[in-house]
Amino acid sequence: MWTEDQIRRYSRHIVLKEVGGRGQRKLLDSSVLIVGAGGLGSPVALYLGAAGVGRIGIVDFDQVDLSNLQRQILHTSCDVGRPKVESAVERLAMLNPDVKVIPHAEPLSSANALALLSQYDLVVNGSDNFPTRYLVNDACVFSNKPLVDGSILRFEGHVTVFLPGRGCYRCLFPAPPPPGLMPNCQEAGVLGVLCGVIGSLQGLEALKLLLGIGEPLAGRLLWIDGLSLEIRSLKVRRDPSCPVCGDRPTVTELIDYENFCGLPPEAPLS
Amino acid sequence: MDEELDLHGEICPYTFVKSKLALEEMATGQILRVVVDNPSSAENVPRSLRNEGHEVLGVSQIAQREWAIIVKKAPDRR
Ligand SMILES: [Zn+2]
Repeated sequence: MWTEDQIRRYSRHIVLKEVGGRGQRKLLDSSVLIVGAGGLGSPVALYLGAAGVGRIGIVDFDQVDLSNLQRQILHTSCDVGRPKVESAVERLAMLNPDVKVIPHAEPLSSANALALLSQYDLVVNGSDNFPTRYLVNDACVFSNKPLVDGSILRFEGHVTVFLPGRGCYRCLFPAPPPPGLMPNCQEAGVLGVLCGVIGSLQGLEALKLLLGIGEPLAGRLLWIDGLSLEIRSLKVRRDPSCPVCGDRPTVTELIDYENFCGLPPEAPLS
Repeated sequence: MDEELDLHGEICPYTFVKSKLALEEMATGQILRVVVDNPSSAENVPRSLRNEGHEVLGVSQIAQREWAIIVKKAPDRR
């Protein structure tokens, strides 16, 4: 049953009519895969960990860089040079011993995505590049996993939820933009706190889905402009001609797009 | 009386939290008796339990610093 520590730790959840001990138990019994331990993944991991989501997987292949610390609040100055999943595991262990954190220190690819997703109830996307965004989207469609999507750029961000059978990222943007067209993250910059705004909303949506309460942000895309703090809710719907979740899909297996974020396209070997 | 909860030494909000957790494990219509040892819990716990939809059948001071709250479990939500 409940330990005295758990009763105290989760008391502010348990007193909520919509959560209670039952809801808290659901959280402890649930699992979430967070893609990326960066700007968005940090607040997501911290809030889901604090909330007592029982099993949290974190995929990230990167090491902590000094330039990350302006927004990636999972990591500290002492972590520079360490694998991000390592500092994430350590930070979450200090936060909540009820949470089992599973580090996946490997690049997400067509080879491992489906197997990884199959171990979790829900996916939160905190990736910062198009290849991963499309890979995560397609893998969620193929494995019928709910996806809480988010992105940030400069002073803006978006958050939305894709539920199985009810549309996906490709319904909105069928294919990645051609290399060179989109500014990459390092060049474009981002006001760090935006990660907290968008990541926290992703955490909120993840907890709502796990608890089965409220109205998920599905069929809607929330777009937030941090400078004016104008928030728009755009209607999104499943596109029957979507290349992956449409009626006659053309994308039927996972694709490893070339990572062109910040890198010129590779010259073909001759 | 179906269940009894002795909350001596416990304060708000944990008196309510523990009462709520105990009720979650019980069947609709069953009766829980909660004993608390401070007046603010004797006041707050019945109010919070009512707010959750349970029926508070009575609150009585049974000793100098002891109050008994009798509550009937409401049907589960959802
Ligand atoms: Zn789609």
